[in-house]
Amino acid sequence: MAFLTDRKRAIGWGAAKSGTEHFWAMKKSSVALLILIPFFVFTFGGILGSSFEEVQAYYARPFPAIVAALTLIVGFKHFNDGFQTLVEDYVHGVWEKILILGMTCISYGAAAVGVFAIAKMAL
Amino acid sequence: MADVNRGKRPLSPHLQIYRPQLTSVTSILTRITGNALIVASVLIVWWLLAASTGPGYFAVADGFVTSWFGDIVMFLSLWALWYHTLAGVRHLIWDNAKMLEIDRAEMLGWIVVIGSGVLTVLSVIILW
Repeated sequence: MAFLTDRKRAIGWGAAKSGTEHFWAMKKSSVALLILIPFFVFTFGGILGSSFEEVQAYYARPFPAIVAALTLIVGFKHFNDGFQTLVEDYVHGVWEKILILGMTCISYGAAAVGVFAIAKMAL
Repeated sequence: MADVNRGKRPLSPHLQIYRPQLTSVTSILTRITGNALIVASVLIVWWLLAASTGPGYFAVADGFVTSWFGDIVMFLSLWALWYHTLAGVRHLIWDNAKMLEIDRAEMLGWIVVIGSGVLTVLSVIILW
């Protein structure tokens, strides 16, 4: 009666619950950030400390706005994936799930607020 | 028999047992810097939101982010960002099973430590 293969029965039951998706996701976002971070440091760092009008005019330009939005989206995804690994290593049981869910809300929320703010200045 | 001595079983050795080494300390710092960057990230999002809202709100957020305390947070975060970036490159190299020999792994550790300091000073000079 073995309609399921051994592999199918084993999938999802390991300590990690899944395969290498999480590892591969972090690798993709890390390579993306390797390109984005220098651009972000020197665009955001350059305008930080300027006046309200200068900041508004700066993020109305496409390059700084797109760099900042991409860095926030990819950066918060990468942060959330990394924080999940931290929690999975040190916290177990119900708090493990609460912390992962909570930080996922904060990560996606912060990225959404940041992208909204940039879009508002850019448009 | 399975729960004889439960809770008092010897555990495998952990951090407090091992002498700190360059490779272990730089690895722990990778995790600390990556997670600590949430502070600067949230501050930057707040600053952007304020900049998109109006001059009054911007004065509040900008005043905090560019205060002496904000400067310290941003300076430390800049170092954390470069450190985490270089340590990430080290992981991308190790993922290909390259430079895992002890002497070469330690060399990568020094590159991350010294390189992050150099990049931080360089970017502060450029952005000043």
